[in-house]
Amino acid sequence: MIKTDILIIGAGPTGLFTVFEAGLLKLKCHLIDALPQPGGQCSELYPKKPIYDIPGFPEILAGDLTSNLLEQGKQFQPGFTLGERAETIEKLEDGSFIVTTNKGTQHHAPIIAIAGGLGSFEPRKPQLENIDMYEDNGLAYFIKDPEVYRDKKVVISGGGDSALDWSIYLADVASEVTLIHRRNEFRGALDSVERVQELKLINKINIITPAEITALHGETKIEGVSVTKDGETKTIEADAFIPLFGLSPKLGPIGDWGLEIEKNAIKVDTVDYQTNIPGIYAIGDVNTYEGKLKLILCGFHEATLMCQSAYKRLNPGKKYVLKYTTVSGINGFDGSRKESPKAVVKAIV
Amino acid sequence: MQDVTIHITDRDGEKHTVLAPTDMAMNLMEIIRSYELAPEGTIGICGGMAMCASCQCYVTSKHRINTMEDEEEAMLSEAFNVKNNSRLSCQIPISDILNELEIELAPEC
Ligand SMILES: Cc1cc2nc3c(=O)[nH]c(=O)nc-3n(C[C@H](O)[C@H](O)[C@H](O)COP(=O)(O)OP(=O)(O)OC[C@H]3O[C@@H](n4cnc5c(N)ncnc54)[C@H](O)[C@@H]3O)c2cc1C
Ligand code: FES
Repeated sequence: MIKTDILIIGAGPTGLFTVFEAGLLKLKCHLIDALPQPGGQCSELYPKKPIYDIPGFPEILAGDLTSNLLEQGKQFQPGFTLGERAETIEKLEDGSFIVTTNKGTQHHAPIIAIAGGLGSFEPRKPQLENIDMYEDNGLAYFIKDPEVYRDKKVVISGGGDSALDWSIYLADVASEVTLIHRRNEFRGALDSVERVQELKLINKINIITPAEITALHGETKIEGVSVTKDGETKTIEADAFIPLFGLSPKLGPIGDWGLEIEKNAIKVDTVDYQTNIPGIYAIGDVNTYEGKLKLILCGFHEATLMCQSAYKRLNPGKKYVLKYTTVSGINGFDGSRKESPKAVVKAIV
Repeated sequence: MQDVTIHITDRDGEKHTVLAPTDMAMNLMEIIRSYELAPEGTIGICGGMAMCASCQCYVTSKHRINTMEDEEEAMLSEAFNVKNNSRLSCQIPISDILNELEIELAPEC
């Protein structure tokens, strides 16, 4: 079981900054995220777009902001459980919590900070009959281990970067790759589009456009798919079907944790962003209160106040005096120490 | 003209008539959000960048509105429940030509 002081659900900008603010108070953090990489919306939706309203940065790419936040928090050695969704929560008699992910990983902490943004990013599923039945039986929305597709007949659908990139990758692994898209045009990096074109010319990838998958076949697992093009439908043999239509965020299991929810978000007290369950906080885009703004800088502010409150909860007798990092410096958990240089004081005689 | 009138049918089939300002650089998705015609988190997920299709709508009146850019067309080609009159509402700027426009929100995806 993973043990920590503050368990953060969501590794978006708010969750990542919490690591730093908690670290200043000597509190250790562990983050869970459903996505395989940290950064939340910044890395999933717009890593290459500039943000203009981060104080002190006239312009910064969302991906660079994520890297900077990771660098800033690194000295406080956060732990990560990535690619897993926080699913259930259990309150123990001593008031602490156990959070279990969809993969069964358990985390124990006295403080939970939900920084889940718009929710966990879930794959957008095409509306095909019995699609759920085939999930993990030849149908996958993410490719975790490409070797699974070695010497198999694979059908990929979608027209974006993921569909192009995986078609290219699997062309050397699978026995047959068929890429199906509703348009003749693909939207992706130019070199990927060109590479797919080259692979098509040497028959390493079959492309069917403009076409759509209209049915899935197989008793218990994918054995074929129906493809409709120009009103005509034909069935092609397949061992695997990979629909790649992007991700859509859903509040998901957190919505069933007994927290007060309003407008798809968690209600909090603005004193410290605590929810209706003591010890569980909600910060960043996932919370709601009068006047709430879903902005990165608001998430940073909420994380800071939340950490102060968590410290008091964990150390009821101790008084904490707010210190400026410029004055007190930073003691990293890794033994590092950062301090502003002192001016030499000369005696005046 | 300062405001235009727009008729919006929400995902429950309920019709709403709203006023939209033409001088605030708003788009149709932002109007739908500001009148809370779709629950938080179900519309405008990508912030209006033609990257999510959560703001897809069907234009049901005969207005001649701005033509689609490549990005919108590409996103709609990957979206679900797409019809001939589908548009991404975030790609429709509010202007005088939209007065009395009628739209219907596409199902949530
Ligand atoms: C296109 C676009 C442009 C934007 N531009 C700006 C801008 O210019 N300035 C600005 O301030 N803001 C901007 N925003 C908003 C900004 O991105 C958000 O305010 C910010 O990302 C919120 O951070 P967060 O950490 O609270 O949540 P998120 O970034 O949403 O991160 C939440 C994370 O929690 C994870 N998660 C949720 N539930 C679970 C669960 N049960 N288990 C595991 N993981 C879970 C998700 O996978 C996600 O990674 C923009 C948003 C978009 C979409
Ligand atoms: S808000 Fe995402 S496409 Fe319009």
